[in-house]
Amino acid sequence: MLEDLFKMVTTRFNGDEKNEIKEFKCPRCQNGCGADELQKNMWVCPECGYHSRMNARDRIAITCDKGTFREYDKDMQTANPIDFPGYEEKIETMQEKTGLTEAVVTGECTIHGEPCIIGVMDSHFMMASMGSVVGEKITRAFERAAEKKLPLILFTASGGARMQEGLVSLMQMAKTSGAAARLSEAGVLYITVLTDPTTGGVTASFASLGDIIIAEPKVLVGFAGRRVIEGTIKQRLPEDFQSAEFLLENGFVDFICERKSIRRTIAHLIRLHRPPVKDNGAALADSSPADKSPAENKSKTSKEKTVSKENDENMGSNGNASNAGNANNASSANSAGKSDKSEGIFGAHKNKPGKGAGKNG
Amino acid sequence: MAENMSGAANVSQEREITPFERLMIVRNKNRPTIRDYIPLIFTDFFELHGDRFYGDDGAILGGIGRLEGTPVTVIAEVKGRDIYENKASNFAMPHPEGYRKALRLAHQAEKFHRPVICFIDTPGAFCGVEAEKRGQGEAIARSLAEFMTLKTPVISLVLGEGGSGGALALGVCDELAMLENASYSVISPRGFASILWKDPSKEEEACGIMRITSHDALSLGICEEIIPEPAGGAHNDPETTAENIAEFLVKTLNKKMAKDIDVLLNERYNKFRKIGEFME
Repeated sequence: MLEDLFKMVTTRFNGDEKNEIKEFKCPRCQNGCGADELQKNMWVCPECGYHSRMNARDRIAITCDKGTFREYDKDMQTANPIDFPGYEEKIETMQEKTGLTEAVVTGECTIHGEPCIIGVMDSHFMMASMGSVVGEKITRAFERAAEKKLPLILFTASGGARMQEGLVSLMQMAKTSGAAARLSEAGVLYITVLTDPTTGGVTASFASLGDIIIAEPKVLVGFAGRRVIEGTIKQRLPEDFQSAEFLLENGFVDFICERKSIRRTIAHLIRLHRPPVKDNGAALADSSPADKSPAENKSKTSKEKTVSKENDENMGSNGNASNAGNANNASSANSAGKSDKSEGIFGAHKNKPGKGAGKNG
Repeated sequence: MAENMSGAANVSQEREITPFERLMIVRNKNRPTIRDYIPLIFTDFFELHGDRFYGDDGAILGGIGRLEGTPVTVIAEVKGRDIYENKASNFAMPHPEGYRKALRLAHQAEKFHRPVICFIDTPGAFCGVEAEKRGQGEAIARSLAEFMTLKTPVISLVLGEGGSGGALALGVCDELAMLENASYSVISPRGFASILWKDPSKEEEACGIMRITSHDALSLGICEEIIPEPAGGAHNDPETTAENIAEFLVKTLNKKMAKDIDVLLNERYNKFRKIGEFME
């Protein structure tokens, strides 16, 4: 019981960063800063660039176009499927502390004008563990995305399956993955953004199934807990084990993207997945050079080849300056600035950091 | 079969076996493993190796055989019967290449219109540096997603321990059965006690509240059938247990193979889709 109490106290302390914690101490570099400064920096450690944990409300505010978010299944509440002692009370306490009903918020919004369905997991709510409600809301998000043919963007964070729901929570992995498979069959874009920490049953289900998998810098992503592995192998693991960079190196994420560029990155990816406009040749020609990768352009006419060559050159200079993992996207993003809605992802983020977020205040 | 059923019923009438006692039966070193069952259930069995990407995981066995004449693909987690077998099968804890081998064979089965039979028997997917490097999470996730849309019947059966995602990776199916004493859980009872009470020795207590038995899974709508074991557990009579398993498989496969594939896939999706309890 004492241990339970201790756990609750620590959870409360970490629970609501915005209202209760005045000082932020970075768990990675141990440097501190004020809560205001942290917020201004989009909850990224000003010293080391660690992308700290955000609550769902703030994440939605910096990601969606202002005022466009419409929440789904807002009132869905947790039941107690295996009659786990004290579970209802635990949920109530978490609801009071976080102002959330459960560990994931889903809904519809636009991002840089692009309509999409978005889901944000909040690690402040029972470490965003997946029980019936999380599983159901995520599954419905997949099903709605398939039905409405809207891209689905999930910001994942989770300690894994919700222990208090036993086998029922394990089955949510199958349920959500099955829904992801159906969305894939429907040919709809699904992007996952792995945030700190994405582990266990969520890594082993929908988080790993994105058409495109993005990770925030330095976040923890893995299947098994670090301590479990250290216990098995009886030695300390290197610092970067199970980091976003570790995953990139081993081929399990497409690229790492800083928080300040995520809005534009997502919007751009959505545009790249828009079906080509068949009856309007001009529209296609306007956007295609920017939207096509150099490899795809090889089969195009000589005129277009020239354009793509320019892109390659752009990539050369821009790619060097931006994140290594992003080099390929940088080329198309840079020249995409020509078309109306597109804003160069990486060029822009280098020149005007935080612009995307500023719009949302 | 009827005789065994009543035998099992007698046992439970004598005294309720606790979940922890069932776990002990399942962990009995003489409990039959998939290697014991294969010759008793299937004929013409050929083992097929490797994931075609990285290696061959001894924790997962795959192959083709006949079940009462019908060709089927068999995929199973392998508990060892002694220390040498356990070393080769990593105590039935698969690495990512094991799940990728399973998926390769599942797609092969799909191509040749063979049903797939999965036997679950694992404490969990392996937790280690190499497993993480090769994407344990991705391998399991891919398995869940692709079994859900696999266009051929899939039957899964829990032989012993069904631990966590490592078990579920072979558990996305049209019908799930469990041997009477088998368990199926979100995490090992030891891990559960360790996480919730910071005390792994409270394993027995954890068993009491986790609802991990075949009867729990049946009442939660997660498993469809309990296959009876001889009194005291499968190790007391592996042949009879194998007969019971074969009888279930034949009956269920006939039922599933008669279905239109789209109907089957919708039913499979909905079997998992409806699991979960919430209010709104």
